[in-house]
Amino acid sequence: MAMIRVEDLHKHFGGFHAVDGATLEIEKGSITGLIGPNGAGKTTLFNVIAGVLAPTSGKVLMEGEDITGLPPHQLFDKGLLRTFQIAHEFHSMTVRENLMMVPPNQSGENLYSAWFHGKRVREEEERIRARANEVLEFLTISHIADEKAGQISGGQKKLLELGRTMMTDAKIVFLDEVGAGVNRTLLNTIADAIVRLNQEHGYTFVVIEHDMDFIGRICDPVICMAEGKVLAEGTLDEIKANEQVIEAYLGTGLKNKVMQEEGHV
Amino acid sequence: MEPLNALISVTNFMLIPALAYGSQLALGALGITLIFSILRFAHFAHGDTMALGTAAVIGGTIFLQGLGVSIAPLPTALLAIPFGMLVLISYLLVADKLVYSYFRKVKAKPLIFVMASLGVMFVTNGITRLFMGVGETRFEDGQRFLFTVREFRAFTGLAEGMALRTSQALTVVTALAVMVALFWFLNRTRSGKSMRAYSDNEDLALLSGINPERVVMITWIITGTLLVLAGTLYGLDKGFRPFNYFQLLLPMFAAAILGGLGSPFGAIVGAYVVAFAELGITYAWRRVFTYLMPEGMEPTSMMQLLPVDYKFAVTFAILVIVLLFRPTGIFKGKVI
Repeated sequence: MAMIRVEDLHKHFGGFHAVDGATLEIEKGSITGLIGPNGAGKTTLFNVIAGVLAPTSGKVLMEGEDITGLPPHQLFDKGLLRTFQIAHEFHSMTVRENLMMVPPNQSGENLYSAWFHGKRVREEEERIRARANEVLEFLTISHIADEKAGQISGGQKKLLELGRTMMTDAKIVFLDEVGAGVNRTLLNTIADAIVRLNQEHGYTFVVIEHDMDFIGRICDPVICMAEGKVLAEGTLDEIKANEQVIEAYLGTGLKNKVMQEEGHV
Repeated sequence: MEPLNALISVTNFMLIPALAYGSQLALGALGITLIFSILRFAHFAHGDTMALGTAAVIGGTIFLQGLGVSIAPLPTALLAIPFGMLVLISYLLVADKLVYSYFRKVKAKPLIFVMASLGVMFVTNGITRLFMGVGETRFEDGQRFLFTVREFRAFTGLAEGMALRTSQALTVVTALAVMVALFWFLNRTRSGKSMRAYSDNEDLALLSGINPERVVMITWIITGTLLVLAGTLYGLDKGFRPFNYFQLLLPMFAAAILGGLGSPFGAIVGAYVVAFAELGITYAWRRVFTYLMPEGMEPTSMMQLLPVDYKFAVTFAILVIVLLFRPTGIFKGKVI
């Protein structure tokens, strides 16, 4: 059974069809690349799957279960996580505290235990702290653990985003341009981390990325989107050879043609 | 020149009342700041929900007095506070469910929330008046003073007297304890951190598995707790009258905005600034100067900058000045 199955998904913003009948499947245990020209609807698709936006129509299934329109924190509990294209962080908290926010249902979350079961809460917190330290070690950013997250560099924020997904037992993680604006060395660190998480922890990944080397290195299969639809699916080489894909990426892409026909440009 | 007498005079008539008043404002302003940073709107019903909570405490007090329960020298109202909290927190949660949760669902603009809270304010005000009337209710019992002017004079032998009322001492002590507990809660506990996270970056908080409804619920519970404490302490100090509580809205907002909306520490500082400004500017300094100036140079006027009736004008002026020159407040708010 597919980890995620998207059936005829539509998301319209007024007259603009950001996602226009996308149907695709993400295999369990895969690292699927999602590519496509700017405005192809990749991020919107992520937002709909992750519960940030409600779809106009269509369905999202996770392991056969209908998860369409569930709020983000419930999807999180089911093991569906995502990162942001532009890195988000709780900037008034330290990097370690940012990571420690993640594991859900901590007993300190209960107002009663927070005040009256100090010991249990503290022990649990120690466990989570230890895990956060491991994650920081894994991502080679232990040295910034106590810095305020608002003050670390853009690349480090990307690592923090990835680190957040490691604080819980995720099943599937959607990475939205983790590599954008990140230098080569850091990009390699991120790629290694993704592959290791995939192999050692069985995470399924869906990666939006414009860097084809990065995609080619870690992703199989690759799905190409354009104008809110799935254009092609296959290995990166197959995709690269696909005529429609080339057309979509070039200036004579379908979108432009349609826009011209409809007189938008 | 008698500086000691001057000091006693200013302490008795200005510093102690301002400290107590500031503490009451601080508890209220903390609630405003919490709601602003988490639910992201200005809670106009703050003063009137405070009145409702206090009314519940008064109801409980009367019931307890009828049973003959007393914890003298402390006021009986203290025993009724948990009941008041229960009533007010339930009320706030029901109001949230009936009114605000809908607007959260449709992601309404903050202004709509503000207007909705204005509606809640009118309804709450009506409910309170229905039970309490519009007149003044006094519910202070137990020992009124920790020490009186006469005792103080006899003890120190000074010409000027000073008294400390039980309610004033209680107010300052309670406010300090509550502030410490609140900061501990926000900085040390998981729930508190969830609140800070939610206020910092809502999207990320949701995607980190933080349940927004839970955060909102905790916010109302804390706000209700703070409101009942503030309202009861204010009522013990100055008597309960619904309209006075409504009027507290202005100084409480001024305090929260002055400190930086969303900054709890700022709200506390702002509250004391507002309280000291209100009382200092409307205080008749004649006595103090009489003690301080050399003989023959005593002032003949009241040495009062503004009549007491204008104390809200002072607050209003502070609010305008802050909004004009430093709209983010002293401690740049927005995130708790």
